[in-house]
Amino acid sequence: MTTAIHTELDADGILLLTIDVPGQSMNVITPEVQADLAAAIERLKTDDAVKGAVLTSGKASGFMAGADLKGMGALFGSGAALPEGKSKMAALFDGVFSLNRLLRDLETCGKPVAAAVNGLALGGGLEFVLACHYRVIADNPKITLGLPEIMVGLFPGAGGTQRLPRLMGIQPALMYLLQGKNMSPQEALGFGVAQAVVPADQIIETAKAWVKANPNGGVQPWDSKNFKMPGGPATALNPNFAQTFVGGTAMTHVNAGDNMNAPRAILSAVYEGAQVPMDLAIRIESKYFAKVVADPQAGNMIRSLFVSKQAAEKGARRPKDVAPAPTKKVAMLGAGLMGAGIAMVSAQAGIEVVLLDTSIEAAEKGKAYTADRLAKKKTPADKAQAILDRIKPTTDYADLAGCDLVIEAVFETREIKAGVTKQTEAVLGPDVIFGSNTSTLPITGLAEAWSKPENFIGIHFFSPVERMPLVEIIVGKKTGPAAIAKALDYVAQIRKTPIVVNDSRGFYTSRCFGTYVQEGLALLGEGTVPALIENVGKQMGMPVGPLAVNDEVGLDLSYKVAQQTKKDLGDAYKGGPGETVIEKMNELSRFGRKNAKGFYVYPEGGKKYLWPELVQTVAGGLAEDQPSAAEVKERLLYRQLVECARCFAEGVLETPQDGDLGAIFGWGFAPFTGGPFSHMDTVGIANVVATLDRLAQRHGERFAPPQLLRDMAARGDSFYAMAAKQAA
Amino acid sequence: MTEAYIYDAVRTPRGKGKKDGKLHEITPIQLATQVLQAVRDRTGIDTADVDDVVLGCVSPVGEQGSDIARVAVLNADYAETTAGVQINRFCASGLEATNMAAAKVMTGEAMFAIGGGVESMSRVPMGSDGAAWAMDPAVAYKTYFAPQGIGADLIATKYGFSRNDVDAYAMESQARAARAWAEGRFKKSIVPVKDVIGEVVLAHDEHMRPGTDMQSLGSLAPAFQAIGEAMPGFDAIALMRYPEVEKINHVHHGGNSSGIVDGASAILIGNKEMGEKYGLKPRARIRAMASIGSEPMIMLTGPEFVAQKVLQRAGMTKDDIDLFELNEAFASVVLRYMQALNIPHDRINVNGGAIAMGHPLGATGAMILGTVLDELERTGKGTAMVNLCVGAGMGTGTIIERV
Repeated sequence: MTTAIHTELDADGILLLTIDVPGQSMNVITPEVQADLAAAIERLKTDDAVKGAVLTSGKASGFMAGADLKGMGALFGSGAALPEGKSKMAALFDGVFSLNRLLRDLETCGKPVAAAVNGLALGGGLEFVLACHYRVIADNPKITLGLPEIMVGLFPGAGGTQRLPRLMGIQPALMYLLQGKNMSPQEALGFGVAQAVVPADQIIETAKAWVKANPNGGVQPWDSKNFKMPGGPATALNPNFAQTFVGGTAMTHVNAGDNMNAPRAILSAVYEGAQVPMDLAIRIESKYFAKVVADPQAGNMIRSLFVSKQAAEKGARRPKDVAPAPTKKVAMLGAGLMGAGIAMVSAQAGIEVVLLDTSIEAAEKGKAYTADRLAKKKTPADKAQAILDRIKPTTDYADLAGCDLVIEAVFETREIKAGVTKQTEAVLGPDVIFGSNTSTLPITGLAEAWSKPENFIGIHFFSPVERMPLVEIIVGKKTGPAAIAKALDYVAQIRKTPIVVNDSRGFYTSRCFGTYVQEGLALLGEGTVPALIENVGKQMGMPVGPLAVNDEVGLDLSYKVAQQTKKDLGDAYKGGPGETVIEKMNELSRFGRKNAKGFYVYPEGGKKYLWPELVQTVAGGLAEDQPSAAEVKERLLYRQLVECARCFAEGVLETPQDGDLGAIFGWGFAPFTGGPFSHMDTVGIANVVATLDRLAQRHGERFAPPQLLRDMAARGDSFYAMAAKQAA
Repeated sequence: MTEAYIYDAVRTPRGKGKKDGKLHEITPIQLATQVLQAVRDRTGIDTADVDDVVLGCVSPVGEQGSDIARVAVLNADYAETTAGVQINRFCASGLEATNMAAAKVMTGEAMFAIGGGVESMSRVPMGSDGAAWAMDPAVAYKTYFAPQGIGADLIATKYGFSRNDVDAYAMESQARAARAWAEGRFKKSIVPVKDVIGEVVLAHDEHMRPGTDMQSLGSLAPAFQAIGEAMPGFDAIALMRYPEVEKINHVHHGGNSSGIVDGASAILIGNKEMGEKYGLKPRARIRAMASIGSEPMIMLTGPEFVAQKVLQRAGMTKDDIDLFELNEAFASVVLRYMQALNIPHDRINVNGGAIAMGHPLGATGAMILGTVLDELERTGKGTAMVNLCVGAGMGTGTIIERV
């Protein structure tokens, strides 16, 4: 085994423990780290020549980043045989408790141990620090300290939920634990999480000086008889304690809904753990941690929100044999809301932008969008100016000369798009890559306007561009690898998360998200209580209810898209069950937020509320038999799932990772599921098929499962198992 | 089964449950002691015949802790053979105590038993005893815990009671209570509270605001809007349980909710032989008793269900009941009960209720039982049903019948 913690005993008997995990740019907790720490603890306990220790990092990149999430797969549903006489949960507990126990051994070794923190300490990294008796941090405001595990559905499982409250008080600790918020060295000092903040080159000598001066310092405050919990005693009869948990639980419940495991586990671990001594407290923490880990939720979240996301951003879908093709100057056609946003993120990434529109006023307005947003973000004037200087508004196609990427975001009709495409080619020639930001029109058709369709691709942004993290790359029938590589390199430049899909009406995201809205309309058309539709939509983890989101998009737009699709498809067109609702709303000129009346009423200066006459108007009144909340949820969820599965079956999607990332980051599909494909795998494909069959029988063919799902169910297969086989 | 009869019913006046309330200087053990002494002195019974004293108390900690019923027995100089037990069924504790006392008589466990309750809300604030229900994150999550004011506003929203409706109800409660006091309708039961030198500190209900009108009520800000809509945002939790509701209409405030007050009550229940022994005339028979559980988040719709259950136990319908008494925890609770059971306003809470006079949590149930019994006697009517809504979705009820 290689050495992960180097030891060096100085003349004062202070053992310097330097964590330096070989082969990693950043320290993470590996089995070697744990073994070396265990050995060091044994030496502290038994070697009289050792008076104390200082724990530090040998990496310039920081102190330690905690557990290696990619390496945590073993914890999640590992197929390893259980030790005899142990339940699955008991074995899991043993596994997750070992690190907790180890850090407890460190703080009870009997000798003073100081942490000298040179850089970031996150998650398990900070938990190592918290288990030391004295903590000195380098004086650098950029250093982040925190327990961000909640962001991927986990929680600190190495004493973090117990030591942080005992250091800073329960209420502030809950805030950091539940929000995954980071703190700076100065904040840590203020909260008693750090005892000193000194220049970086003095951390080790400061730590050593403390160890030397405090031979009896090897006792944590919470192990002393006189320990007082900051903020008052952790007992039910302390009103502060009671209020913290009544309020904290309610706020967490409101924010996380009924869906997330980790926040409630954190609350319970802190509530129960704070009331008992540390040895028991860390066992309670590990029990809740084991419960969270045993559920597929954390594994699904880690895979999509962390592993797949990073892989996508690092070019998982990029053709390997195409040379890097960074964009230097982009031709932005159309300076409307989307064009202006794309211009902004491009300029922010250091890319020159030629922002073209039909009038100079429109082009200038597009540039002003960036100025406005930068001012709102309080960007320093010189920095803002440098960004703005990169955007050149124009009406003249000749100004496009020199651009190495085109992005088109003009009005959504084929004729207008074809016109600007041809005018652009006249200046730049067909070898430049042309990306269309269409959200509805098939790419293969649009590519006909560009002489070399292999250089034509879809680059679909979401609104507002500067805030939405996803870009959907659409590969047309003739799109070539150079276009894909160019588009992905550009997405990497503007630091967004890409997915790659094949051409289809609505592509992947718009098509599947649309089903959520349509099912909401169907329910409404049947006379369902509108509040029930909206509340259930939000409660199942969608960012907004289906009716509210349709109001935002515009009911007139929904109507026009339906008409265009009807025209395009002719006899093949199948109208959705909510279509009459949209038609009725359009007849009444209720277009949504844009004219302050849609499914909701938008009083000036007040909060929107559901139009009281809605059900009467579109459904002739409330249905006598109302669906339960569970039935509404099932329809809103499975209508999306089946469409996602169809996209996979039809080849629109090539990987479940694209499907999950696109759903979560494109339309806000319940992130706690890890995405629709993770969710279907977790539910079990056979169960998904059974539910879809039942729903199809009751509500129509739109729920009918594709043959792919039936075949998978028959094989006992899952989407990610298939993906793993394909990758192997 | 032995019949259980009510032989006497007393209550203290209710003092404002604040530091400037008249009863703030009186300890809760004194409140309980004085009602027990009153029962003994008014009936002339030998307390050795009282087998048990059951007292409701909702915050049984601090000076209300450690079985205040037994300690009150000792402090009131009852026979030391009399037992005492403190019970907690939240807001219905006083009625539950009476039901338990009656059950002891019915089963033959007791010859005489006293049911009642005590709460000094000014000295032991509500919530002093903690609660796994509200505080333990796993439990609060599971039960969709929200304070009962949110449930009261949810009832108003769900069953269509406007701010105007609840305020109008509150105004009527004040008017009825004022009339009842003016006409001396409570005098049979009221035991003035005395201080350590024997002087009366309070002889009438202190919380009432007789001049209350719609305008004065209309000026009060909703009490639960901030915790519902802002921090910590309990409305969203309510909507998880009731997703068919778009938005909670916050209509309740201090003027249309029960008042926070101090007070105590006691009801002497015994079998027929005890009445004969002391020459006491039974005032009423306990005809049926019940408690139920229902959905805990909305919390306060239990009265409707317990009313149905207790009527069924009695073999009666609501038309067999002359007078209804439902604790006025919140105006919407009473309005919903009237709506659900189709009860006219002139047959329920005819002498006002807790909105006007206050709700000393542990004591109220026995107080309103005494109040409705006095009213049956005053008007020559025969039957009454008493109900209270109870925390965590429960309900408790009792039907009495004059003999």
